[in-house]
Amino acid sequence: MSKINSPAELEVFRKAILSQRDSDKPCITLCSGSACHATGSGKVAAAIEREMTTQGIVAEVDYRRTGCHGFCEQGPIVVIYPEGICYLKVQPEDIAEIISETIKEKKIVDRLLYVDPNTGEKATIEADIPFYKHQERLVLGLNRKIDPKSLEDFLAVGGYQALAKTLFEMTPEQVVGEVKDAKLRGRGGAGFPSGLKWDFARNAPGDKKYVVVNCDEGDPGAYMDRSLMEGNPYGVIEGLMIGAYAIGADEGYFYVRQEYPLAVENLEIAIKTAEESGLLGQDILGSGFNFTVKVHRGAGAFICGEETALLKSLEGMPGEPNSRPPFPAIKGLWSKPTNINNVETWSNIPLIINKGAAFFNSIGTEGSKGTKIFSLVGKVNNTGLVEVPMGASLRDIIYKIGAGVPGGKKFKAVQTGGPSGGCIPENLLDIKVDFDELTKAGAMMGSGGMIVMDEDTCLVDLARYFLNFLSNESCGKCNPCREGIRQMLKILTNITKGLGKEGDIELLQELAENTKGTSLCALGKTAPNPVLSTLNHFRSEYEAHIKEGRCPALSCKALISFTIDPDKCKACGACAKKCAPEAINGGKKIVHVIDQDKCTKCGSCIEACPAAFGAVKKISGEAAPPALSGESRNL
Amino acid sequence: MSEIVLQIDGKEVTAQEGTTILEAARSVGVAIPTLCDHEKLIPYGACRICTVEADVHGKTNLVAACLQPVENGLVVRTRTEQVDQARKIILEQMLAHAPDSEQLLELAQVYGANKDRFAKESNFCILCGLCVRYCDEVKKKNAVAFIERGAKREIVFIPDIAIRECWDCKECFPLCPTSALQAAYYLTEALMSPPVPSTPSCKGNCSK
Amino acid sequence: MNSAKIDQIINKHNADAGSLIQILLEIQSENNWLPREALTRVSETLDVPMSRIRHITTFYKTFSLVPKGRHEVHVCTGTACHVRGAERVLEAVEDVTGVKAGETDPDLNFSIETVGCIGCCALGPVVVVDGEYHGNITPTEIADVLKTCACKSE
Repeated sequence: MSKINSPAELEVFRKAILSQRDSDKPCITLCSGSACHATGSGKVAAAIEREMTTQGIVAEVDYRRTGCHGFCEQGPIVVIYPEGICYLKVQPEDIAEIISETIKEKKIVDRLLYVDPNTGEKATIEADIPFYKHQERLVLGLNRKIDPKSLEDFLAVGGYQALAKTLFEMTPEQVVGEVKDAKLRGRGGAGFPSGLKWDFARNAPGDKKYVVVNCDEGDPGAYMDRSLMEGNPYGVIEGLMIGAYAIGADEGYFYVRQEYPLAVENLEIAIKTAEESGLLGQDILGSGFNFTVKVHRGAGAFICGEETALLKSLEGMPGEPNSRPPFPAIKGLWSKPTNINNVETWSNIPLIINKGAAFFNSIGTEGSKGTKIFSLVGKVNNTGLVEVPMGASLRDIIYKIGAGVPGGKKFKAVQTGGPSGGCIPENLLDIKVDFDELTKAGAMMGSGGMIVMDEDTCLVDLARYFLNFLSNESCGKCNPCREGIRQMLKILTNITKGLGKEGDIELLQELAENTKGTSLCALGKTAPNPVLSTLNHFRSEYEAHIKEGRCPALSCKALISFTIDPDKCKACGACAKKCAPEAINGGKKIVHVIDQDKCTKCGSCIEACPAAFGAVKKISGEAAPPALSGESRNL
Repeated sequence: MSEIVLQIDGKEVTAQEGTTILEAARSVGVAIPTLCDHEKLIPYGACRICTVEADVHGKTNLVAACLQPVENGLVVRTRTEQVDQARKIILEQMLAHAPDSEQLLELAQVYGANKDRFAKESNFCILCGLCVRYCDEVKKKNAVAFIERGAKREIVFIPDIAIRECWDCKECFPLCPTSALQAAYYLTEALMSPPVPSTPSCKGNCSK
Repeated sequence: MNSAKIDQIINKHNADAGSLIQILLEIQSENNWLPREALTRVSETLDVPMSRIRHITTFYKTFSLVPKGRHEVHVCTGTACHVRGAERVLEAVEDVTGVKAGETDPDLNFSIETVGCIGCCALGPVVVVDGEYHGNITPTEIADVLKTCACKSE
C-alpha cells in the first residue's frame, strides 16, 4: 500500500474507496468477535464463502466479517444489508438456505429470527430487536459496519477524519480544551476528567512523553474493551494519536490482557497497515507529527489494570502499584510524563473531535456526559454489550434492553463495577446510571460490568467470591490489603459454611473500614466494597446464615439439603441414575429417598427430576424430614 | 528546592519540597512508628503502620507518612482515634503471623492491640521487605526475593546466589522485625538443596 | 529448548530488560513452560537478577515453571460465569480429570487452570479446552468433552 502524505490525499483515497461501494448492493455480514468465534462463527464463515461460490453470487453480493455486535449470547449473528435482516444463532447448515431464500428470493428464514422471551414476538430487522432499539451506539456502533482487519473499511466510515482535523486545524491546547469542554470522564473506573488528566501530562516538564492504552480489562464480567479493541482497532489508535498530539508524546503503548489473543491479532494488523500507509510513523500526513506504538501483552494479573502497576509491568517488573503522588502524568513510564486512558475512553476521542464538545455534552447527565458501554450479563435474558446515554435507568437497561430475568425467577440485585463495586437492590433500580449516582448507591461505575442476579444467588457467597478473587489478585505488597482481605475472606467462608458466629458482621465492618482507609492503591481501597454493599442492602442474608444456619438463596452447600417429596415422586428413577455418589435409593413403584450422609449436594437430582413432577427440592435452615420406610414407600 | 510550611500535631514545621511527612515529623521530634522504613532504603509503604491523618486539598484522609510528600498548608495529625485504631488493627493482623516479635509487641502495648485477635498464620513473615530491599538496594546481591502475589506472597532465598553471597554477609538478619530466625530458617532450607552445577561435567574422555 | 532459540527471542527484543515479560511470554509460548535453564539464560543475557525473574514468573499467572499437560483446560470463573454455576462446572472438570485447579497430573495429560474472566460473559459458564471455547456448558457436557480428550491422549 502506498503512503498517504496529506489530508487531501486521504480524502482522495477515501473517495476512491467509497466510489467502489454501493450501499444498495446486498451485503452479508457475520459477527466475528471472540464470543461468536466461541459459538462457531469460524465454521459459519467457511460455509458462507463456500455457498456464495456454489450459488454463484460472489459478484453480486458483498461479504464482510465484522467486529463484535455485542449481542453475544445469540451468536453467531448474520445481518443482511441493505435491509438489516438479522439472523441469530446461525449454524453452517443454515447458510445455503439464507442465500437461496433471503439473498435470492428476498424471503425471511423465520426460525432464525429473534423471539422476544416475554411476548413471543419476532423481529426481522436488527434495529427492531429491543436489545438494539433502546441503545445509542455512538462508540460501539462502528463495530458491526467494518471488518476490523481492513483499513479501507475504517476509512469508508470516516476513519482518520478526526486525526486530520486535529493535526491541521487545531493546536494541542485546542484539542485538550475540546476534551475538557466535552467533560469526558475516564471509562476505566474512577471517572476522572480526561481533559484535566491530559492537561497535567501536557504541562508536565520534559521532552519525552508517553501515551498508553489500558486494555487490561480485568473486571470479571466486563468485556467492552475487548469488543472495541477487536472490533475497531483503528478507532482506538486514532483516539490515542489525537491524545499524543495534544500531550506532546511521540510514543505509545497498548497494554493488552494476555487472555485477549484476537484483540492482539487485530491490533497488530492495524498497526502494521497504518505504518505502511503513513498513518503511523514519521511526519504523519505531512504534518510533522511523529508517532509510533508498541503492543505489550499482559501476563495474567488483575492488578495491572491499576495504572501505576500497569506501568511497572510495561517496564518488565512485577505489577506492584506505586503510591500517588507522584502521578503518572508527572512521573510515569520510565519516569517520564505519561497519560493512561482505557480503551473506551480513547474510543470516545475521535467522536468528540468530529462532532464537537457541544454535541458530546448534549448527551448524558450533569456530571457524566456521553454514552457508556455496559456488559449486561448474568441472570438476564438478553446478555451482551449495551451502550446507552449516561443517565439511563437501571430498570430500563435490565428490563427493556435485557428483557428481564429468565425462567420466571425473581430479580434480586445487580452488581456493578466489578470487584471494586457493589450490589444494587430492587428498590434502587430507578436510579439514573452515571458516575455519581452509582457511587451514591454504594456501588460504582467501574469499567461497566453489570451482573444481574436472581433469587438463586446468595449474596454472602457473592461477597466471598469477590474477596477470594481479590485475595488471589492483590499484589500482596501492603499489609491492610493483603491481610485485611485474608481475614475478611476467612470470615465470609465460615459464614457460607455455616460456621458464622455472633460478632462476625461487626468484625467484617471493622476490617473493611481499615482496608479501605489505609491500603496503598485503589485495589485495596475498594476491595471491601462487595462486603460493605451486601451488608448494607442484604444484611438479613448474613443474619440468616449466622443465626439460623439458613441460606435464603438455597445456594450455600453446607446449609442446604436435598429431599424428595414422597407425594410427588413417581419413582421414575431419573434422579437415581444421575446420582454419582449413589445416595438415592428407590426402585420400580417405590418412592425414592436421599441418604443425607452420602449426598454431596451436587444438585444433579434436581436437574434430572422431570419438571412435571418437581419432586426433588432444596431446603435450608431445617433438617431433612425423616425418609419414609417400608411399605409406606410403595406407590 | 523551595521551602514548605505545614503543620504536624499543631506544630508549625518547615521542610524542603520533596520530603515526606515522616521526615518532616522526625525533624521536629514527632515520633511516628515505622516497620518497613530504613534510612538506607527507598521508602516502600508496605506496612502502613506510619499511617497518619492529613487534610489534603480540603479532604481528611489517612495517608502513609513515609510516602506522602509535604505540601504547603498541609495539616497532619499523628495520633487521632482513627489513626490509633488503624495502627491497632494493622498490628493485630501482623501478630497473627509473628506473635512473638518484640518490636510488634512493644507497639501492641502502645495501641492496645490484642495479639490473639486473629487465628495464627503459618507464615511468620510480615513481608516488610527489609531483607529483600536491603539485599537489592544496598548490597546489590539480590539473594532474597519476593515470590507469588496476594495472600500467597512470601520471601525466598535464591539458592545459587545465597550459597555464594550470604555466608559472609547476613546483614539482613538484624533488620528483620519478626526476629532474624525466620530469615535464617529460609537460608538454611535453601542451602540444604545444593544448586545444580552450571556447567555439566563432560562425559567424554577429556579431563573436565 | 535450546539456547539458540532463546537468544533469537531475546535478540528480537534487542536484549532489552524492559521487554523481560514479553520475552518470557514468547519463550513460554514456544516451549509451553519455562525451564530453569531458560530463565538462567535470560537472567544472564539481559543482566536481570534471578530474584526479579523468580518474582515475575510467580507473580504473573500465565507463567508455568513446570511442564504443562497435553490438554490445557481453562475454566472461566468470572462473575457472570460464577452466577451461572461455574463452580459446579469446575468441580466436574476436577472430578473427571482428577486434577485440581492450578495443577497438572504426573502423566501430563491435563493442566487445569481457572481464569478470572475470558470476556465471553454472555456465554457463561465457559470452559476453554485446548483453545476451543465451550459456552453455556453444563457439568455433564464438559465431563463428556474431557472424556473424549482423555481417550485421544491414550
